Amino acid sequence: MLKTKWTLRAVAALALVGAAGAASAGPTLDAIKQRGTLVCGVHTGLVGFSAPDKTGKYAGIDVDYCKALAAAILNSPDKVKYVPLTAQQRFTALQSGEVDILSRNTTWNSKRDTTMGSVFAGVWFYDGQAFVVNSKKNPRVKKLSDLNKASVCVETGTTTERNMADYARANKLTFKPVVFEGQEATEKAFQSGRCDAYTTDASGIAAMLVNLPNKDDYTVLPDIISKEPLGPMLRRNDQEFFSIARWTIFALQQAEESGVTQANVMKMKAESKDPVIQRLLGTTGEVGKGLGLDADWAVREIQAVGNYGESYDRNIKPLGLSRGPNALWNKGGLMYPVPMD
Amino acid sequence: MWASERLRRIVYQLALLLLVAAVAGYAAHNLVHNLQSRSITIGFGYLTQESGFDISEKLVAFDPSHSYARAFFVGLLNTLFVSACAIVVATLLGLAVGIARLSPNWLLRKLATGYVETVRNVPLILQLLMWYGMLTELLPPVAEALHLGPAYLSQRGVTLPWPEAHNGWRAALLGIAAAAIFSLMWSRWTQAVQMRTGKRLPVAWPSLLVFVLLPSIAWAAMGAPTDWSQPVLAGFDFEGGKTVSPEFIALFAGLSIYTAAFIAEIVRGGIQAVPRGQIDAADALGLSRAQRLRLVVLPQALRVIIPPLTSQYLNLTKNSSLAVAIGYPDLVSVSNTSLNQTGQAIEAIALMMAVYLAISLAISGLMNWYNFRVRLVER
Repeated sequence: MLKTKWTLRAVAALALVGAAGAASAGPTLDAIKQRGTLVCGVHTGLVGFSAPDKTGKYAGIDVDYCKALAAAILNSPDKVKYVPLTAQQRFTALQSGEVDILSRNTTWNSKRDTTMGSVFAGVWFYDGQAFVVNSKKNPRVKKLSDLNKASVCVETGTTTERNMADYARANKLTFKPVVFEGQEATEKAFQSGRCDAYTTDASGIAAMLVNLPNKDDYTVLPDIISKEPLGPMLRRNDQEFFSIARWTIFALQQAEESGVTQANVMKMKAESKDPVIQRLLGTTGEVGKGLGLDADWAVREIQAVGNYGESYDRNIKPLGLSRGPNALWNKGGLMYPVPMD
Repeated sequence: MWASERLRRIVYQLALLLLVAAVAGYAAHNLVHNLQSRSITIGFGYLTQESGFDISEKLVAFDPSHSYARAFFVGLLNTLFVSACAIVVATLLGLAVGIARLSPNWLLRKLATGYVETVRNVPLILQLLMWYGMLTELLPPVAEALHLGPAYLSQRGVTLPWPEAHNGWRAALLGIAAAAIFSLMWSRWTQAVQMRTGKRLPVAWPSLLVFVLLPSIAWAAMGAPTDWSQPVLAGFDFEGGKTVSPEFIALFAGLSIYTAAFIAEIVRGGIQAVPRGQIDAADALGLSRAQRLRLVVLPQALRVIIPPLTSQYLNLTKNSSLAVAIGYPDLVSVSNTSLNQTGQAIEAIALMMAVYLAISLAISGLMNWYNFRVRLVER
């Protein structure tokens, strides 16, 4: 498996070496339409975000985003090819054109937004880095400062290693990182007792715990040490694709704000007199045209996955995570869909 | 002039060289152009930036305020350290098993065969995961560490008492090195004496004496420190003493045991390549079995053994990059972290490849030199 990863990376690097002028060969959107499928880079298996469900199909909030995008561009939420990527592989996969977009719980930060030839479409999920301990083995650990000098399992290829080191330096603590490649190996090492704690995004911890038979043995510490705005990441070379990606986020959040759901979207489209809903669903205005799509683009998105709240409730709620910052702005959260005009 | 074969040869070679250079130049130009057009930062400037992450095992001081270059160096040292340890043990174990495979003792022979056939036919990554799984799943948590003599065994590895840093210990280490040099020279000198006079001076006990005396004298002269740092369970882990991590042990054991199986086969092949007549001649001279092996068989077998042995050393060093699967911070693991933080994949991978190439060339260079020394001197 490791060998394949190496090959993958080498091939990705070679693609950059050999692809003469490929960067100007045409924007991503053209390629998607020509191909008839959207190639979406997703997590290899993170319950709630993207993981194979009982029928073997990918499901999760990140997967829903890909489906909505495909529904808007290709008229069908099923025209998506999912490429599972480790934290390690994701950026090269995006840079080399192996995937059209990364919808893979990826943290938006300045480096990834400016120096890597990529750009973020927005925030799809507000997360933060948390720590979990086995309270049977370490009953006295109640907060992060109690973990001084503890060994902490952490996955390579993420922002977590650095966040932890930053936090430790700022608070005069010492953590001993034990670094693994791949989330499974990291979680396994933690569960075996190799480390006193495991750190990753709070959602990732919840996703791990939901599958554990002895989940009551574990305690998630209250400290959140970082801001992790997760969102879809794409290459910089396609402004139109970027706009569709960004407005897909806003459309699904606006749908929630306006009470448009998967069940009532067609009825709303036929009957609603609310100008905001009319513009969202394309009965008035030219939002779709501005994006280079038809008027029904958002209708198809909502038909495919429901509004943002529905997707959240279907995928994230079973993990036991409350909406928190992911609630709409008028419900005490940070999600603020920009108005459609 | 064209008729001159020598000139034509030079022209052809020059043309080929130019072609290769042109292709490489074209690829490099493309790479830079493509990266720039995609606004991806390029260059090795990131190496001097602050790394911002910590490394759990290090042979030199390192903390998150050190640079990426320093982090790379720490990873490199970890790779070299585990490879060097594993090469020594794999060689000794491989030699023993290889000889055992030719032993007249039925049980020993079959055991050695079983070992070789099992170990070399199971992928190394699985063996590493097995060793690591055994260490972390079967050993008790650190609070209930097994107490074996002075050592503690737990999921956190093996913790031993360790001498406190003191010049006396450093002097003792130097004493051991000096003793090694002395015994080497002594054995050469006794050989020379034997060649000249036929008299055989003792080798074993003077060497042993020097090995005991030199470090002891050095240690005593520098103040005879007796402070040992004893491991004490405090909070999450042992404090004091020296802890060898389960990641290191699993990687070291996995690499040694796996490579030893291949070395055993090479040793067996080398021994079997020694003509039967040589063994008969040794028997005729009345040499014991051990003497026959040490003085007649092995020196001749070495000539056959060294070249394939070099490949095994190279394999072992390169295989150490599987460390990333079991959490040992080797060169690849540290480079991966840097790569992900900086996003500079091509630079990081190029650097890793260059370093592995350099290590491999250094090992082959060293082994070629040794091969040259043990080659058959034709008279």
